[in-house]
Amino acid sequence: MTKSELIQRLAEQSPHLYLRDVEKIVETVFEEITAALSRGDRVELRGFGAFSVKHRDARTGRNPRTGESVQVEAKSLPFFKTGKALRESLNEKKSDDYAAQSDSAGSDDGGSSYF
Amino acid sequence: MDNQTVTRADLAEAVYEQVGLSRNESTDLVEAILDEISNTLVKGENVKLSSFGSFSIREKGERIGRNPKTGVEVPIKPRKVIVFRASHVLKDRVNSKSVAAPAENTSFGGFSDDEL
Repeated sequence: MTKSELIQRLAEQSPHLYLRDVEKIVETVFEEITAALSRGDRVELRGFGAFSVKHRDARTGRNPRTGESVQVEAKSLPFFKTGKALRESLNEKKSDDYAAQSDSAGSDDGGSSYF
Repeated sequence: MDNQTVTRADLAEAVYEQVGLSRNESTDLVEAILDEISNTLVKGENVKLSSFGSFSIREKGERIGRNPKTGVEVPIKPRKVIVFRASHVLKDRVNSKSVAAPAENTSFGGFSDDEL
């Protein structure tokens, strides 16, 4: 699913909204998360997950091909940790209907979220 | 400077301010976005959000773990995990502390304790 597909699906769920409003909502949410991370803040979305920033100190790295030493600058990296509820729903199918997977495979392509 | 935590309520507030929906509807839409992403991932489909990042599923094989306290070996069942890869745009924004984001123009005066 791409961002425009996400917008499309949300628009189908909210027929009273203009597509451009849905677009703006999606942009606003991800812009807000990005802005928070660039301030060094953490974004905690219970059940879904948390975005945070991890700091990496400067180090002397090595070019694996040439063996040359390279100075790697300190940097910050965005990081996502999956929330408990999402992690569990990701794995519950597999554990209790592992055997039923073959018969669900044919039927789940018209997933409920399309409606 | 103490870092803060942004929550659903803050995202809903931003939607409320910038899009002009009611507060309730803003909250619902934030939830709908997260639900849609979650459901897509649970179905096994990857989610790619341009200029933000992508979420993909990685299947982990079974391995033998060990309870660090008791030293007892326990099998860890095969499972799925979500991997988030930040886009370059996001990585750059996280690193460019000196460049203010387009949406927030005032918050970087060095140590902005005056923000509150």
